[in-house]
Amino acid sequence: MKHARLMQYCSEYWEEALSENKIKITINGIETLCDRDDTILKVAKKIGVKIPHLCNDKRLEPYGGCRLCIVEVKGVPRPLPACTTPATENMEIITDNDSIRKLRANLIELLLSNHPNDCMRCERTGDCKLQNLSYEYGVDGSRFEGEKWDLPIREDNPFISYEPNKCILCGRCTRICNEVVMAGTIELTGRGFNSMPDTAFKKPRTLENCEFCGQCVSTCPTGALTDRKGRGKGRSYDLKKIKTTCSYCGTGCNFYLNVRDGKVVKVTSDTDAPVNQGNLCIKGRYGYDFIHSEDRIKTPLIKIGDKFVEAAWDEALDLIAEKFSSLMKKHGNESVGAFSSSRCTNEENFLLSKFVRTVFRSNNVDNCARV
Amino acid sequence: MPQPVLKGESMTDKRCEEVLEKHQKEKGNIISLLQNIQEVFGYIPEDTVFWFSRELNIPASSFYGVATFYAQFYLKPRGKNIITACCGTACHVKGSGPIINKIREELKLPEGETTSKDGKFTVESVACVGACSIAPVFIGNKKVFGKMTIEKASEMLKGIDKGKGA
Amino acid sequence: MPAKKTAKKADIKDLVIRVCVGTGGLAAGSQEVMDEFGSQLKSHGIKAEIVKKCVNKTGCRGFCAKDVLADVILNDKSETYQLLTPEMVSRIVEEHIVNGSPVKEWLVGPEYHAFHDKQTKILLKQCGHIDPEDIDAYIKIGGYEGARKIFSLEPSEVIEEIRASGLRGRGGAGFLTGLKWELCSKAEGSPKYIICNADEGDPGAFMDRSVIEGNPHSVIEGMVIGGYAIGANYGYVYIRAEYPLAIQRLKIAISDARKKGFLGENIFKTKFDFDIKIKEGAGAFICGEETALIASIEGKRGMPRAKPPFPAHKGLWGKPTVINNVETLSTLPTIITQGAKWFSSIGTEKSKGTKVFAITGKIKNTGLIEVPMGMSLREIVYDIGGGCEKNCALKAVQTGGPSGGCIPASHIDMPVDYESLMAIGSMMGSGGMVVMDDTTCMVDMAKFFLSFTQNESCGKCTPCRIGTKRMLEILTRITNGKGREGDIELLLELGNSIKLTSLCGLGMSAPNPVLSTIRFFRDEYEAHIRDGICPAAVCKALRIYTVSVELCKMCGKCFKACPSAAIAWEKKQPAKIDKGKCIKCGACYEACPFNAIL
Ligand SMILES: Cc1cc2nc3c(=O)[nH]c(=O)nc-3n(C[C@H](O)[C@H](O)[C@H](O)COP(=O)(O)O)c2cc1C
Ligand code: SF4
Ligand code: SF4
Ligand code: FES
Repeated sequence: MKHARLMQYCSEYWEEALSENKIKITINGIETLCDRDDTILKVAKKIGVKIPHLCNDKRLEPYGGCRLCIVEVKGVPRPLPACTTPATENMEIITDNDSIRKLRANLIELLLSNHPNDCMRCERTGDCKLQNLSYEYGVDGSRFEGEKWDLPIREDNPFISYEPNKCILCGRCTRICNEVVMAGTIELTGRGFNSMPDTAFKKPRTLENCEFCGQCVSTCPTGALTDRKGRGKGRSYDLKKIKTTCSYCGTGCNFYLNVRDGKVVKVTSDTDAPVNQGNLCIKGRYGYDFIHSEDRIKTPLIKIGDKFVEAAWDEALDLIAEKFSSLMKKHGNESVGAFSSSRCTNEENFLLSKFVRTVFRSNNVDNCARV
Repeated sequence: MPQPVLKGESMTDKRCEEVLEKHQKEKGNIISLLQNIQEVFGYIPEDTVFWFSRELNIPASSFYGVATFYAQFYLKPRGKNIITACCGTACHVKGSGPIINKIREELKLPEGETTSKDGKFTVESVACVGACSIAPVFIGNKKVFGKMTIEKASEMLKGIDKGKGA
Repeated sequence: MPAKKTAKKADIKDLVIRVCVGTGGLAAGSQEVMDEFGSQLKSHGIKAEIVKKCVNKTGCRGFCAKDVLADVILNDKSETYQLLTPEMVSRIVEEHIVNGSPVKEWLVGPEYHAFHDKQTKILLKQCGHIDPEDIDAYIKIGGYEGARKIFSLEPSEVIEEIRASGLRGRGGAGFLTGLKWELCSKAEGSPKYIICNADEGDPGAFMDRSVIEGNPHSVIEGMVIGGYAIGANYGYVYIRAEYPLAIQRLKIAISDARKKGFLGENIFKTKFDFDIKIKEGAGAFICGEETALIASIEGKRGMPRAKPPFPAHKGLWGKPTVINNVETLSTLPTIITQGAKWFSSIGTEKSKGTKVFAITGKIKNTGLIEVPMGMSLREIVYDIGGGCEKNCALKAVQTGGPSGGCIPASHIDMPVDYESLMAIGSMMGSGGMVVMDDTTCMVDMAKFFLSFTQNESCGKCTPCRIGTKRMLEILTRITNGKGREGDIELLLELGNSIKLTSLCGLGMSAPNPVLSTIRFFRDEYEAHIRDGICPAAVCKALRIYTVSVELCKMCGKCFKACPSAAIAWEKKQPAKIDKGKCIKCGACYEACPFNAIL
């Protein structure tokens, strides 16, 4: 099945290529066409060939640090990293064979040899790239005993927990902080075995040096960076993920609300989201407390005297209609208007505009987002 | 809380501004700037990093990342005099530990610090210096002191202080 | 002070004194010697300005073991003195310069001549002869002729000439210089840059330092030639901050060259602009790697990045950039003036020209040598180096520093060139050469080199960051007598996988010293692991100190030296060592005057 789909895909690609200047490469025996500067990893992904990788995130510049994505290229005496190597004409690539698997297994072993391996109580169990690779390649770090990091967990702020011992130094957090957010909160520090992502002078994160967008958490492939608010509230597989659009502003970022027992316990990125590719700001990622707030208003309120009194929707809408009608009768249609929120969706805003122009017969309609 | 401004006395520190001026004239980069800072201050004071970070609108973490990558940069002031204690097996057995403690005590070094508050001394340790027969061995400003005792250690400190302290 | 005699001016008309003032020479006191020559000559009534003319400093001539070295050239007859101190100067002036008879017992011996006679000096030729701080001295011997000559050629012709010469980069990998230039010259983008890599960081290698200290103008001239060929108007010299003298001389040389119009705008009165900036490193070996070096010049953490794109296409500030080693660059002027044909006549088919090596270790004549490519290792070690110290048996030669491997004595007749070294699991590297005899423990040696690379790993990629650490831990356990069955196989597996998966040359070559010592000296590893013995008696933890009852003179010195009270001794009784208490520090071994501790 899969193969048939691939063949179809490829033949479509062939045709497309005839008009454009594409190059031909072969991955695991499958011929495909791609742009000259596409990386092997990108092309492989397109045609459904999986190559393991840890330091690559499509939001970031290729890095080539973890080396998990090595593949064999015909005519090249050493394996090449798929994430940084551009495809060249007639390249023949093998992504998986015994020698490649052995090298990858060695790399995973090395990573695990400096890792606490306490998956049992780790926040990311079931959703951890490192754990999955360890399972897939059937290795642990026990052949290499030796120095291991033994650093305390850092919970110096309300949003982001940092367990340096679990860091594999893929540099994704520091790169997203500098390349995408451009906040410069964290950077790789130190050198060699002792280098690790950290803030300047290892200071706590505060609003002065950090945006708290949680982008670093969103890209971390291991349990090193986690959302503090969601810790202990359920593993990834315990949580129902509901895709939604952020209601804070008009940008329209998508994300997943992670729900357990009817409660939102955290927000995770949707890296395929067309608008934001998984990027979020502090409000979208961490500002979900209001959902379950005691103070949240869930029914309409009608002011009677000095007091707001709970009312049914019909009751409230009847009252509004009546008041608008009487105002228009008394002062004319131009006396009323409407102002909508950019936190509403496009459709809602469209409806409101239509409503004002057809029912009120007024042009007094506007939106708060007119920056 | 980080202190992104130069605090206290160093607020009025002209030296930073001079370094800044030089940096802008030379069109330098983070490394050359850190080199200039270290030349003036003898090390990279935390305050100066935050100060330059604000002035130049470069994240402080970039400075810190660079400063911790290259061996040349010191983030803590090093003393005028460097005392090196040998931590080889022989020295350890012969009682270098209590002597190190005594030296640290005399210099009033708190846990985890290597340099005295007045900046006169830095106490570091090295692996075996290969002079086990005269253990315990200490090196004060490149001069080797063998068969060290607690009494001799105080003398050594005093001698070095007098010789170079002024 | 000698009695004041007045030397006749005629006597000193043809006098030249050349004192070696490289870093090695200066450490040995050459500045003082030079000053003393000056004041002695003056006290003989010779005018200050004449003294200034005839007492010259020169760069290193390679034979640092015998520093301070000085040539006294009187009426065209040159004599060389060795191991000079300021105190010796007055007698030389008196007897040699004034009375014309050299002080025989202080002259260099036959080993000095043997050391030099077998060498072919192209690069180092001028180093021991001219004053590195005098641009006119360089011009007088034909300096900047090469740079002048290229302006009558098209840049492509210059590249062709270098290609034809077969020159390969001396920085380690041995890439064809002409080819690298061609790639860069054809690359799109401007401005283009040329960078001189003077970040020489290999422990034990100091050829680049010597060239810059001894003949800085040759490097500048080489950069001008390269800059013109690839169309770069800017050059950088990235140099270690640990080389203050080289930096100082380079600064002087650059400013002198600017004054002469050899650098700056419209150099050599042509339409071509070219200028050079010095960038000082900040203490990271990895910045010798070209992409890390570029990051460092840009002011960032010196971490390598994946190639491609190669610097020739996307280098400094994303622009086409050529990076060449000091030695490569300073060879260029000679190739241009003498011609590609001449250069390619030296060396082997694939490795042309000469190479400078720094030989150290257990060898009689340590120092800096320059030999044609393809010379046999035997000639280098025995004819030039004078063989092993104390006439011990040669065991192996390590080439290429921490990136290289060892060559066992049985391969001593192999030629030294890029291919042969590669084939035996070593490499040319920057040209370090460590000679080892049977008192060297190969496991310990491998550990030494690996601990260097491990310490210098930038940390970007997994295999090098964690892998070298784990290898070092295994080696440490072997040398501590805690090695296990299977450790050798583990080292081989890990070493090969680090070589194959690392991002940059540091990780790719870091396991070489371990892999090659296992290849040729596996029995030594096994002796450590299985028998608990260090055959070379280097690894302290594996030594069992005992007292030879026959040799012991019962003096009790060891008893007093032992820091852990492991030695029992009474007067008129031989000493005895308690194995349980012994901490293997070796204090007794050092202390015993009769070599009775085994
Ligand atoms: C870890 C590492 C260290 C290096 N150090 C130096 C160095 O100190 N000097 C040098 O010239 N090249 C060094 N190189 C080689 C350079 O990357 C580069 O190949 C060379 O400068 C190119 O010049 P060439 O073509 O003239 O040899 C090093 C390479 C690696 C991987
Ligand atoms: S904290 Fe996570 S994202 Fe950052 S370097 Fe470590 S493993 Fe990578
Ligand atoms: S091989 Fe070592 S030095 Fe090179 S990139 Fe990897 S970690 Fe850094
Ligand atoms: S994904 Fe390619 S090296 Fe990490």
